[in-house]
Amino acid sequence: MIKGIWWKLAGPALILYSVIAGQLIDVPDLPVIRDTIRNLFYHVPMWFVMFTMFGTSLVYSIRYLSGFKPEHDLMASESVNNGIFFGILGLTTGMVWAKFTWGDFWTNDPQLNGAAVSMMAYLAYTILRSSIDEKAMRARISAVYNIFAFMLLVIFLGVLPRLAESSLHPGKGGNSSTMEGLDITMRMVFYPAAIGWIITAYWLLQIRTRKRRLMQVVQK
Amino acid sequence: MKEIKELVRKDLLLELRQKYAINGILLYVVSTIFVVQLCFGRVIDENAWIALFWIILLFAAFNAVSKSFVQESASRRLYYFMLAPAVSVVLSKIVYNALLMVVLGVLSLLVFIVFMGFPGFNLYLFLPAFLLGCIGISGALTMVSAIASRSGNNAALMAILGFPVVVPMLLLLVNACRLALKEGLIVAEILKNLSALFLIDAVVIILAVILFPYLWRD
Repeated sequence: MIKGIWWKLAGPALILYSVIAGQLIDVPDLPVIRDTIRNLFYHVPMWFVMFTMFGTSLVYSIRYLSGFKPEHDLMASESVNNGIFFGILGLTTGMVWAKFTWGDFWTNDPQLNGAAVSMMAYLAYTILRSSIDEKAMRARISAVYNIFAFMLLVIFLGVLPRLAESSLHPGKGGNSSTMEGLDITMRMVFYPAAIGWIITAYWLLQIRTRKRRLMQVVQK
Repeated sequence: MKEIKELVRKDLLLELRQKYAINGILLYVVSTIFVVQLCFGRVIDENAWIALFWIILLFAAFNAVSKSFVQESASRRLYYFMLAPAVSVVLSKIVYNALLMVVLGVLSLLVFIVFMGFPGFNLYLFLPAFLLGCIGISGALTMVSAIASRSGNNAALMAILGFPVVVPMLLLLVNACRLALKEGLIVAEILKNLSALFLIDAVVIILAVILFPYLWRD
């Protein structure tokens, strides 16, 4: 986990840099997208963070099933909560962007379907958790569901977009990838933004788990 | 292997003795299709046919599979626990549910053809996709019903937990069916879709075998 003030400051500093630089740099003037391309620096990192969080929770769920330590269950559930938070941010920024470029808040696009289904799966995970009272049982069963759902979602997000005929998102179904078309100045902002958000998310996760642990001590 | 056979036989016998489950679901399927026919009329386009067929079959599957673990009481679970390893229990349930699902699917396909007609599907793609879809949906829902049966209110939870798991499969199936409508399909395209479905089925079964033992013990 993240230790030391410098790591913690690095996250917000990188985000601040990406917010300021993202507005200042010259961006390529693409048709339809125009200046909204700057949203790339704010929208795409949200999904990166969400998947890192869900991946973290998968790792802790597997570790829980192999050792049955309550600590791992706490990490798994808090990573999911954190991931859902960033997922909602990603949906919102994406919907605003979609309204201004594709003309609608929601379109029938493989990427959007994938995002919606993964949010559904993890919201279902939180509901499953709240429906079981006994702690050890809750931890075990939710870990099983977490692994099961994550594996199917990986297939869904990895296989389906390749089978679909067309996608509005770049890099899928014949559109050229944004990452390839991304010029060097945009990369200079995009990568720091993604790294900064991931560091901040882990910091947030640390604070959330610490709070949960304190609450448990207080309740005892 | 022997345990799996016996457990499947037991489930089949129970079903044949009581009959209310399969008959109830069949009646549900027939009446839904009849309602659809009343609303849409006979002439609907192929995309609507595909969507309605899979939606109706999906809900039938939810009804059919959801009771597979719920009907087992705690004491009977303990009895199975002593009789057979967890892996054979889950495999027997998957086999039984897949059989049930294929029977239900074929029957509802027949009813659908009677009421709504049959679009010109390429049968080399449609039939294997249909079969793989039935196996995959029943396998995934078996696992979800095992999860839901361990929590408090399982009827609502079954739907909530099941949808995200089944939606990927459903989209693949709808994609495959749409492709089956195209004329002059090449073999590579058919194989690509079928292998995606096969992959998802294999993953569901492997995950069920690995994860079920954690659900089974207390």
